[in-house]
Amino acid sequence: MSANAIVIQSAQVVDRTWIETLHEWLTTVDHKRLGILYVVYGLFFFVVGGIEALIIRIQLMHSHNTFVSPQVFNRMFTMHGTTMIFFVVMPILFGFANYLVPLMIGARDMAFPRLNAFSFWLSALGGFLLYFSFLGGSGLYGAGNAPDVGWWAYAPLGARAFSPGHSSDYWTLSLLVSGFGSIGTAINIIATVLCMRCPGMKLGRMPLLVWLYLVQAGMVLIAITPLSAAQIMLLIDRYLGGHFFDTQAGGSAVLWMHFFWIFGHPEVYILIIPAFAFLSEIIPVFSRKPIFGYPVMVAATVAIGLVSTSVWAHHMFTIGMNSYANSFFALTTMAVGVPTGIKIFNWIGTMWGGKIQFKVPMLFCIGFLVQFLIAGLTGIMQAAVPFDWQLTLSYFVVAHFHYVIVGGILFALFGAFYYWYPKMTGRMPSESLGKWHFWLFLIGFHLTFDVMHIPGLLGMPRRIYTYEPGRGWDTLNLIITIGAFIQAIAILLFVANLIISYFKGARAGNDPWDAWTLEWSISSPPPAYNFASVPTVASRRPLWDLKHPEDPDSRYE
Amino acid sequence: MQRKRNSIKLSALFMLALLFLFMATAAGAAMTDPSTGLTNIFAPESTPAKSIVDLSLLVLVITGIIFVVVFTLLVYSIVKFRGKAVDAGREPAQVYGSTQIELAWTVIPILIVVVLFLATGRTIHAIQDAPEPATALEVTAIGHQFWWEFRYPRLGIVTANELHIPVSDAAHPTPTFLRLLSADTDHSLWIPQLAGKADLIPNHPNSMWVDPHRTGVYLGQCAQYCGTQHAKMLLRVSVDSEEEFKAWVHAQQQPAVEDEKVILGKRVFETTACINCHAINGTVANGRFGPDLTHLMSRSTIGSGAAENTKENLRQWIENPDAIKPGSLMPAMKLSDSDFDALTAYMETLR
Repeated sequence: MSANAIVIQSAQVVDRTWIETLHEWLTTVDHKRLGILYVVYGLFFFVVGGIEALIIRIQLMHSHNTFVSPQVFNRMFTMHGTTMIFFVVMPILFGFANYLVPLMIGARDMAFPRLNAFSFWLSALGGFLLYFSFLGGSGLYGAGNAPDVGWWAYAPLGARAFSPGHSSDYWTLSLLVSGFGSIGTAINIIATVLCMRCPGMKLGRMPLLVWLYLVQAGMVLIAITPLSAAQIMLLIDRYLGGHFFDTQAGGSAVLWMHFFWIFGHPEVYILIIPAFAFLSEIIPVFSRKPIFGYPVMVAATVAIGLVSTSVWAHHMFTIGMNSYANSFFALTTMAVGVPTGIKIFNWIGTMWGGKIQFKVPMLFCIGFLVQFLIAGLTGIMQAAVPFDWQLTLSYFVVAHFHYVIVGGILFALFGAFYYWYPKMTGRMPSESLGKWHFWLFLIGFHLTFDVMHIPGLLGMPRRIYTYEPGRGWDTLNLIITIGAFIQAIAILLFVANLIISYFKGARAGNDPWDAWTLEWSISSPPPAYNFASVPTVASRRPLWDLKHPEDPDSRYE
Repeated sequence: MQRKRNSIKLSALFMLALLFLFMATAAGAAMTDPSTGLTNIFAPESTPAKSIVDLSLLVLVITGIIFVVVFTLLVYSIVKFRGKAVDAGREPAQVYGSTQIELAWTVIPILIVVVLFLATGRTIHAIQDAPEPATALEVTAIGHQFWWEFRYPRLGIVTANELHIPVSDAAHPTPTFLRLLSADTDHSLWIPQLAGKADLIPNHPNSMWVDPHRTGVYLGQCAQYCGTQHAKMLLRVSVDSEEEFKAWVHAQQQPAVEDEKVILGKRVFETTACINCHAINGTVANGRFGPDLTHLMSRSTIGSGAAENTKENLRQWIENPDAIKPGSLMPAMKLSDSDFDALTAYMETLR
């Protein structure tokens, strides 16, 4: 038997009832279980947020449509944005962090397992609070409604005068609560990475995924604070007689914008950096080469983390800052594109000279590379401030950020799902269903989000429940909606794949992809204790060293 | 087997190419259709919008070149370095990096950023810091949920939703400088052919300017989500010739038309809640919560573009605004049918 497993005599294995299993999952502090809980939670809300998107797209299919009322539409885009960012992408990314970071550094668990569980359940409560608003958020329009102030809740729209009832309070509280959950997980990640690496794993030998999650966790600590502060101030305004953002009494709407975007911009980097992490693990394995330029990849990520805290007001170019402030944020925004672009070059450099295998995870990574390139370039377009005065608040920017989040982050996430599914479940996901998922989603994605740039250029603002005919927006919106439905079908195939492969997939061994990091040295799924004995590493790719004793990385690093 | 796989890949690529061709055609058709010219940011008719297009061309060329270069490298690497079955078990050369290459692809982007930033800074300054000439027309725009108030302070005019400004001749320019305020939530004034958008934020005055070169009607709408009827806070800008503008100003400066035939409707207006929100110059009505109605019939739409300004729509609006613009802040007036008829007749005289 390998040194990585402990033999358990069959007499020691006990059958459990389903209640005991449920209890085990509800009270677990195991990072792998919590990781899976986070991911399943996020996937559930992914479907919900997707349905909200489809409602939006049906309403916008043609001008003067009456599929939903303006009140319902405004709730839909508010809930869609809030759900996708806070209760889909954040949980799924934290789920992968929880699952992978201890395994990749040869640790037994995260540094603070109980804090880990607490953070998950706090975040879960946040999602529940947000959706309870459909039942409990009484407002002017009748009993029970969800927030309808947009996912940024710009002041003074969130004030009592313009948001009567409790719908905005559910938005505020859910974000406050899940924000604390995020802080708990960030603390855990940092402590785990800094204190629990196995012998031989200096910081310079950590897998890039671990480095990137370390940077991301640091950014979470920096960014969530202003959001929490803003939510508390909003509650004080609404209930304790405060006037921070109450413009009717001398408060400042712009102050809310600063607080929100000092959170909001680092937040989108918090979302994308784990996507970079997945790419940095998957592309080398399917190119059969180490990552090109590991030290610069680390440095670039740290640079992105630092510089991204200085760009926030590029969301505020139209509010009337003076030309010097606008120029400053233009410069920092363009500057942050440099380390980001460098990463794309390094990934191509990794593929260059390799022997590329077009398995499903790699297909999604290639899609990411093309799409993130385009998304980054449309971002640079908007950094040219006067151009942004036309592009912002229109469907151009909606297309841009969906290009990043769907074309970038979601594609990378799909790659990660297919890549680590064998490790988490012990089964291989269906390669053919995966390819159907990829191609269908690719077509739907481009149909929707390539075309979506054009109504923006033709003057269509965002967050409108309907629009005038004769502006040239009708046909384009119809195409966009059709693409959305194609993507929905692809997602159904993905979910089907996850479920069917769990029962019918081929058994995966420890290392189905012939990879090089520590998680592939143990069984699939890993035992509860992860490693039977603490591993020792001498390079960035310990399994490469084991498989190629004649040419180990440790000789060159 | 390899041949079949290749032909599947080829037909898939062919379908993808067809898809992109279709999208490009749709895009091209949309952008060159004359009816779309009305809100097309690439059909500028005013200096700020034109400066933006000039900058955008530089930006698009640079980003276009970057895309072509990187995309080509990516496609090349996928094609050239794809693994073949014969390679199984043999790993390629394990290259860790290259300092020279990484230095090059760091320095070049930095240079590109410098160029882009200088061009951007210049255009920001040219638009934002343009001095206001003495010949400029001053307009104050006040955003409301869900309509626009326009005041011409030096001319003593208050109107709503449809802006009239003079055409500006390059020889002796008569630009319009707008001061942007808000009475409630955040709004954004966007007329794509005339200028980039600028927000109207309560407690935070903002400003913008336009100098339209051609007479005509330009369309736009609110671009900052402001509540339920954000979508129907439309804008209509009439750029008039010098004579037309003078005539319009003169007409707007007059008090409301007094027509004996509609005295009944006027009485209804003056004795119900209408005067709490609306103003009609020359009568007791001086409410400022809703649009000024003194010259209502000089506008081609009602409800800030929600409907054509016809007798039927006007009557419907007064009786039940929610039927036309659900969530607008005007309440249904709940009067008798004869009162509604009289009111509508009165409104129709307010040219």
